[in-house]
Amino acid sequence: MRTLRIGVLALQGDVSEHIDITNATLREMGLEGEAVIVKEKDRLDEIHGLIIPGGESTTIGRMAERYEMISKIKNAAFAGMPIFGTCSGLILMAKKVRDAKIGEMNQPTLGLLDVEVIRNAFGRQRESFEISLKIPKIGKNPFPGVFIRAPAIASILSKDVEVLASYEDKIVAVQQNNLIGIAFHPELTDDTRLHEFFIGMILKSPFKDRISKANS
Amino acid sequence: MTITTIETKMENPLFGTVRVKRGFARMQKGGVIMDVTNVEQAQIAEDSGAIAVMVLDKLPADVRAAGGVARMCDPKRIQEVMDHVTIPVMAKCRIGHYMEAKILEALGIDMIDESEVLTPADDAHHIDKWEFTVPFVNGCRDLGEALRRIAEGASMLRTKGEAGTGNVAEAVKHIKLVMGKIRELKGLSEEQLLDMAKEYRVPIDLVKETAKLGRLPVVNFAAGGIATPADAALMMHLGADGVFVGSGIFKSKDPAKRAESIVIATTYWDDPKIVLEASKMISEENSMIGIDIKTLKPEQMMQVRGV
Repeated sequence: MRTLRIGVLALQGDVSEHIDITNATLREMGLEGEAVIVKEKDRLDEIHGLIIPGGESTTIGRMAERYEMISKIKNAAFAGMPIFGTCSGLILMAKKVRDAKIGEMNQPTLGLLDVEVIRNAFGRQRESFEISLKIPKIGKNPFPGVFIRAPAIASILSKDVEVLASYEDKIVAVQQNNLIGIAFHPELTDDTRLHEFFIGMILKSPFKDRISKANS
Repeated sequence: MTITTIETKMENPLFGTVRVKRGFARMQKGGVIMDVTNVEQAQIAEDSGAIAVMVLDKLPADVRAAGGVARMCDPKRIQEVMDHVTIPVMAKCRIGHYMEAKILEALGIDMIDESEVLTPADDAHHIDKWEFTVPFVNGCRDLGEALRRIAEGASMLRTKGEAGTGNVAEAVKHIKLVMGKIRELKGLSEEQLLDMAKEYRVPIDLVKETAKLGRLPVVNFAAGGIATPADAALMMHLGADGVFVGSGIFKSKDPAKRAESIVIATTYWDDPKIVLEASKMISEENSMIGIDIKTLKPEQMMQVRGV
């Protein structure tokens, strides 16, 4: 198996948007590969990287727990599989989660990123917005940030976490080794640079060759 | 991608853009939005995996039974729910009732349902939804209604079905009409598309965009009569992006289990083994008692409101 297979966790949320932009990015990069839907835990064995889309983190987390995907995704992450979470994906990847209004949350999460995330950090849908973001790691041109009832990163819990972008006083994108978590939605735009960055991580990852060998 | 990138560099945040409003609806996809009337029900919904709750004064089945004029829910009750759950909170306003919508927007709810379940305030017009920061969802029975609502600024659609009946038949009819007409659009010439735009009374660009995408430019959920996991899975199979469950959960005798089972069936609609497992979580004797649509008098039909 030489073509790249990038999974999109499809328990709920804007899955088709991520499938479309990932396929578009693969084409732009001239790579052979495809984005695939991941609904069953066994599918996790067949992919080189995983995207966790936007949606409701409580819904996705409960479903992932019920169908035994939490530990499986965690193990894949520890084995080096690149994972990219957007909005609710960031919440699910965080070690600690708190809601801006309700407080400490007891929802099922993956607990992979050493950060504390605040849900609904900017307010309700009325306060959702678009803004140009500076993300130096992917280039000089501003990135269209689409924030929808978005979370933000309140604190960083280890020095392995690198801040990729901030807006005002809030951290909105981080990377920790093979993991990226962002508070906004590149999949609602046609700017493919963050997906390209993620696919670049997959290409460099030793995890890719291991999976390819296991499946060939 | 249907939504283009931001051309100019934005120094200041832009609120309530088409992308932000339609994007909110996209985040709901594959999920279940549940009707609730109080905090306790809202918490059951959230714990069962609902993606959002819709707060009403009465469940649609009770609106039907009570008769009289059905209005927007008491804002104090909506506020209570907003204070106790982390998932999005939606509420209904009457068709054409601009002021109820403004009140709900001021309250800060996440989406307004301009709904035929409430008594229409305007027989001829819907609300002009473009000027609102909050996104709207509207009901539709066919492609014409769907496109007219989008042209008025709706960010999300749902089938009307026949609310409060526990009978999925009308929702099935409506989603098939919408999906079928979209498939037909794809084969039409420019001239025929123009004819459709005239027939539907909507801008030609919207008809062309829908034909090109092969789907509506906004998310389309199923609603109106969904009462079981099998109903939810059926609507997903027919092409719905997600489901609203009105009376089906809290008019049943097993709301928590039923809510959870419908969430599971909506995610795994394409895996009959899991839909079976979800169906076993509940029992049919606890389902709400349904109404055969044929027994309804014309004036009892909610779906004919607001075309």
